This record gives sequence, structure tokens and C-alpha cells, in this order.
Amino acid sequence: MGLIFAQLLTGLANAATLFLVASGLSLIFGVTRIVNFAHGSFYMLGAFIGYSLMQVLPGMFGFWSSVLLAGLAVGVIGVIVEILVLRPVYKAPELFQLVATFGVILVIQDLALLTWGPDDVLGPRAPGLKGIVRIMGEPVPKYDLALIAITPFVLFILWYLISKTRIGILVRAATQDREMVGALGVNQAWLFTGVFFLGATLAGLGGAIQLPKGGADLLMDFNILAAIFVVVVIGGMGSLPGAYVAAVLISVLNVFGVTYIPQSTLVLMFVVMAVVLLIKPYGLFGREEVAGEHGQVGEPERPIKPAGTRGRIIVGGLLVILAMVPFFGSNFAQVLITDIIIFALFAASLHFILGLGGLVSFGHAAFFGSGAYVAALLVTHANSPMEIAFLLAPLGAGGAAIIIGWLCMRLTGVYFAMLTLAFAQLIWSLVYQWGEFTGGDDGLVDIWPAAWLNGTTPYYYFTLLFGIGGILLLRHVAHTPFGYALRASRDSMRQAEATGINTKRIQWAAFAFAGAVAGLSGALFVFSKGSVFPTELELAKSFDALIVIFLGGVKTLAGGVVGGASLEFAKDFLTRFEYWRLLLGLLIIFVVILAPEGIVGASRRLGERLGFVDDGEGRR
Amino acid sequence: MIKVNNINSFYGKAHILNNLSFDIAGGEVVAMLGRNGAGKTTTMKSIMQLVRPKTGTVFFKEHEISRMAPHQVAKLGLGYVPEERRIFTDLTILENLEVGRQPPRKDAPEWSVDILFELFPNLHERRNNRGKTLSGGEQQMLTIARTLMGNPLCLLLDEPSEGIAPVIVEQMAKTILELKKQGLTVLLSEQNLHFARMVADRAIIIEGGEKRFDDTFAQLEAQPDIKEAYLSV
Repeated sequence: MGLIFAQLLTGLANAATLFLVASGLSLIFGVTRIVNFAHGSFYMLGAFIGYSLMQVLPGMFGFWSSVLLAGLAVGVIGVIVEILVLRPVYKAPELFQLVATFGVILVIQDLALLTWGPDDVLGPRAPGLKGIVRIMGEPVPKYDLALIAITPFVLFILWYLISKTRIGILVRAATQDREMVGALGVNQAWLFTGVFFLGATLAGLGGAIQLPKGGADLLMDFNILAAIFVVVVIGGMGSLPGAYVAAVLISVLNVFGVTYIPQSTLVLMFVVMAVVLLIKPYGLFGREEVAGEHGQVGEPERPIKPAGTRGRIIVGGLLVILAMVPFFGSNFAQVLITDIIIFALFAASLHFILGLGGLVSFGHAAFFGSGAYVAALLVTHANSPMEIAFLLAPLGAGGAAIIIGWLCMRLTGVYFAMLTLAFAQLIWSLVYQWGEFTGGDDGLVDIWPAAWLNGTTPYYYFTLLFGIGGILLLRHVAHTPFGYALRASRDSMRQAEATGINTKRIQWAAFAFAGAVAGLSGALFVFSKGSVFPTELELAKSFDALIVIFLGGVKTLAGGVVGGASLEFAKDFLTRFEYWRLLLGLLIIFVVILAPEGIVGASRRLGERLGFVDDGEGRR
Repeated sequence: MIKVNNINSFYGKAHILNNLSFDIAGGEVVAMLGRNGAGKTTTMKSIMQLVRPKTGTVFFKEHEISRMAPHQVAKLGLGYVPEERRIFTDLTILENLEVGRQPPRKDAPEWSVDILFELFPNLHERRNNRGKTLSGGEQQMLTIARTLMGNPLCLLLDEPSEGIAPVIVEQMAKTILELKKQGLTVLLSEQNLHFARMVADRAIIIEGGEKRFDDTFAQLEAQPDIKEAYLSV
């Protein structure tokens, strides 16, 4: 009994950090509608800055001042990010801003590396709260009790600020209709900046306050990201009490999980999230999201058309050049192009559901990884020949997409995205923790192609055939009646339904199809590398694909391919430098600010201006 | 008070307002008439800078407002009441009014929650109810009251009589006349000629984003062909 109570207290103490960081994320999302991927980075900065301050400020007063100052410093950094990076792109298509925040993650990672070095730092213990107390015979750190006491206090302050003050009223009004708030004389730009300050401050506080328990390291930004998203989604986007309840729920379950079913640790929170969302689709305290209710629907989509003669000639020419590469290019060039094609196919498959279907998936790596793992597992455990494994891989990934798609299809918007993320993490943790079967962290190795394909050049042609074939297939499907129905469902679900389209079924089918194509790219990947590791299923992989299609241009057909190829190419070049993340991050931010329609959209606009390209309405 | 000079406004590529110009003097109530899609709402939004005219200028008092942000325009004393009402449905009536509150202005009537509750007694009864629980007429009153909380000099009322019960329409007309008496300048857009005639001194008719008529109601009555061409459905 004592032990269970002590564990409950540990869970509550752990919930403090999770709540602080997640409530900031929730606030920012609630008002600005920005999914701030950089929130984990704010948390990491809070920890590092707090650590540095604690080195110079002594004693109990110094410790708590450091925590507060670290929070405020991160708040200021949040303001800088908001003004420099996000303000220019508020008008961009929905979710485009998350690409910018992804760039911020990379920049902050390298800046932190530059400032604090690569080593983990151990947080100082809180002066005056160093010991333990015995509760029912079990030792409980005093600091844990302090955290348990502080959290509801913070929740109350936030609740008061949001529900009782004028600022809070304005913030809530802006959540609903920011344009109207502006028309009533409120400078909403500063309201947004203020919310960003508050949200970033909370993340910074969370980072600093957990120092005595966890310290600071350069991986903590991504490590907390999934957890805070889970908390925000379980609680309901934008709900502060929801964030608190969810943070407690996750933290407490986690403590018990570690003790009683240690294999479950990684999966547990995603299972909880999936269950909650399946029962309450908008989280415990959330309310339904209506697309476009925030006055930011953006410009109408341009209809996409089959490629014109010129487009066909350019693509044909490019293909001829690609086919010639083995005759004049180096071995390295072939390997690089193989990588690029595989990634471009993966990105194109995500683009298919996101750009054409309007379904934002945060977990598309699940299908890439499924394809790779299905092939690798067949080769490893069933000794199946490469050809069979290669054929079954897309089917396996498609099957996974059918199941996951069916479960996610009841949700829309950000909730849909989060549920796909949850299932992707589920698959990842399954692979990661089921070591006997999947090799766990060590991955599966020795997965080479059949003898007739073994070698860089034969496999290069193989990738060219299936990679480009897959991309052309996706393109072709976009112009079939199925593609029309899919786009109709994206643009107006109600009207599409009224014309007799079963929109959910169409979207489900598209999700499964995109999953299968992602699986194909995964299969191409595993045989090109000869091995596969759980990293191919990670969040970062899904985000990579998401980033490239936004960079390439969501609203253009070629966006996925062009973005994928560009990023892979840029990475290959930039990773030669020590601080390549900084460079890549800045590059991403610049592209986002200068070309909010993506590379393809921007170059088309440029082409229109110069008179090379038809502007879509028959004018030149 | 308001001077619209040759403005051209677009939605994407669609050309909505075509070289539109008109003036409104201080203390005047002017009704902008025209069919659905004639460009009335776009005119309102172009004055408020919610839609930015591509060419042309808009003046409010001595200020050129056509390069300002909507919140700056509002701060100068221009109050906007949108057609879709756009009340904050998750906020209570009192909170909705709070969003609109701005400091008093020496050249405009000063409003407070109490004065507005006298003008709109229904709102008082429901002051702690959320916006989403209100009827169409109550929502319309709340939108006007919310805008008045900014103590405006001039009101832009977009289709105030639309979608509300006939009894309330009459009440609305009284309210507008009351506002006029207080010294407010009002530009309202209307499809209901009867309602417009009750409250307005002058009519501006637009069609296809161009001005077709700008004179008194007496003149309008004298030209049945214009009435026929632009107002009959």
C-alpha cells in the first residue's frame, strides 16, 4: 500500500514538468493554430539556461530565481521566434507554419550544442529540498512533494489568467475569430506574440524545474515532444485542465507501467491516447474542430491538370539523363540518386493523402518502416527469396494502413494527425521492444537483394523502375475518377457526399494506397542498404517527409517529389559541415518565408510572371 | 466623415469592386442597396481594410486608412458590424462586450455595459449566457452592442435586418434612429428597401461592384426604372 502511494506521488511529481510544457503547447495551438514542433526545444533551452544560472546564483533563492529567469529567458526566445519566423507565414496554408518550427528545432539544436557542448549535464539538487521524507515507510524525495504542490498552483494562475482577465478574454476570442478581434480594435499580432511568450515561458519553466530530477541533454527536445503532444491531445487541444488531467494520467500510468509491465513503457502512453481518442474523438475536455472556422481557409485550390506537352518532355528528358547516370556518373552518384528516388517516392506517397486527400498524417513513417520490416522479417525468419519479400512488403504496409486508417478515419484535422502519430509510435515501440523477433535496437541486417540485382548499377535501375514507376502511378491515380473523388472530398466533404461520394471510404482507400506505396519505398530502401533499424519508423522520419512536401509545395502535384529530392540533396551537401543542422534549419526557415507556396508553387508563380507557364486559366 | 475614392477590390482573381467612389458626411445615415453579390459586403470590408483595395484610397476623417491594419482603423473610431454577426460563441455576453471595449473618445458618444443593457434589455437578462445560446435577433443586437463598446464615431452595419424576425426588424430600425440621434454616422447595407427607407437619409445603389445611383429616397422613387433594374429580384 505504501509503495503504491509512493509511486502515485512519483507520478504526480513527474506530471509537473509534463503539464508545464504541454500547457504551453496547448495555449499556443489554441490561439494561433500553430502546431509548434519547436516546443520541445524551448523546454530543452529552459533546462540548459536554468543549469547555467544555477551555477552562478547560490542557495535556495538562487535556485528558484534561476528557474523563473530561465522561464522568462525562454519566453523572450519564443517572442524572437514568433516575430522573425512565424509572423511572415501566418497567412500561409494551414499547418505550413509547422515546417518553420521544424527549422527552428534544427537551429536551436546546434546553437545549444555550440553553447553548452555535447555532454549531458547533471542538474543541481534543489537547496533546502535535498533529502527524502518517509511516507508510510516509503522514501519520497522532498523535491517531488514541492513539484506536486506547485503544479495545481500554476494551473490555477493560468486558469485565472485565461478565464477572468481581459487578456484572457481577448485570447479566447482570438482563438475563435482572430479577424473579428482585429476589427474590434485589438492588435492581434501582439496578442499572438504574448501567447507565444507565455507558452514558451511555460516550456522553459518546465525544463528548468525538472533539472534536479533529470538534468539537461541535447536529445531532450525530441524526447519530450511525443509525450507533450499526447498530453495535449488526450486533454483536448487548447484545454488547460485537460492538459493537467492528461499529464497526471500519463505520468502515473507510466510509473506503474515501469514497475509492473516494463516492456510496455514506450507503448503505454500511445495506447492510452488511442483509447481516449477512439472513445472521445476530441480529447477529454476538447471540443470539435470545424475546418475553416478560424477564418484561415486560404486561397482556393488550383485545379491540377495532367502534364502538358512541355512537362512531359522535361520529365522524359530527366528520365533519360537518370538512365544514363551509370555510364558517366560515379558509384557514389548512383547511390545518392538511389537514396533520393526512394525518399522522393516516400514523400510522394504522403503527398498523395495530404495534398490530394487533405489528410495530414504525422505518422507516415509507420508504413515506410512496415514495408522495410516486412521484407526484412521475411528474409530473416522465413528465408524467403528477395523477389517475394519485395512483393509482399507493400502489401504488408498497405494492410497496416487499412487497419490504422480505419481507426483514424473518424477524426479530422489535427486530431487525425495525432492519432496517426500515436499508431506510428505504437508500431515503432513494438519493433523496438520486441527484440527476439525484430532485432530491437540492433535492427535486422544482411538483407541483400537477389544475385541478379546485387551491385550498385543493377539496383540503381531497379530503383529507377519501381521508384519512378510508383511516382507516376500516384500521379496517374490523381487523374482517375478515384482521384477526382478524393479531391472533391478534401475540398467540400458535404458537397461530395451530396453527389453520392462515400467520402470516408474514398479517404480510407487513399490512405491504404498511400501506405502501400510508402511500403514499396521501404522495401526499396531495405534492399539498398542491406539492413533496417527502428529509426526508419521514428517520428523524425515522418516529420522529414512532412517537411519536404510542405517545402516542395502541398498544393502542387510535383511537390512531394521535388521537395524530397531537394532535401535529400541539400542534406547530402550540408552534412559535410559540422553544424549542418544550423544551416539546414536556416535554409528551411528561409524557404518557408520566401516561398510559402513551396518550391514548386513559387517557381510556377515566377514562371507565370515571366510568361513561361500557363497560369491555369488559359492566360499566359 | 468617410471618403471612398476609386477603389478596386479583388478576391483572388475575381474583380469585385470597380472604381467605386462615394462620400458620407458626419451625422448622416446612408443605406447601400443592391442585390446579393453586388459588392455591398466587400465595400464594407474594403473600408474596414479586412479586404485591402488594390488601387484607390479610403479616408476616414482626415486619415488615409487604406494602408492601415483593421485594428488601427477601428481605433480611429470606425465600428464594424459584420453580416455573419461573428459573435464569440464560447464567450458569455459580458465577455463579448469586453472584447469590444475601447477607451472613450471625446468627439463620440460614450457607451458602457449598463447603457447598452438599457438599449438592449434582452441582453441584460442573458448576460452570463454563452453566445451560442442566443437567438438570431439577440446575436444581432449583441454584435451591435459589442461594436458600440468601442465608442465609435461611425458604424458600418452590414445587413442588420437579415435573418431576424419582423418584430425585431422594427426594433432594429428604432435602435439605428436612436444611434443617429446620438450623433453617430451610419453606413448600412441592405436588401430590404422598406427598412432602408425607415432609417436612412440617402441611398447608394451598387451593382456589379459599380455605383449606379447616389441620391435621396425621394429621387429614387422618382426613377422607377432604376429601382426596377437594380433592386427587384
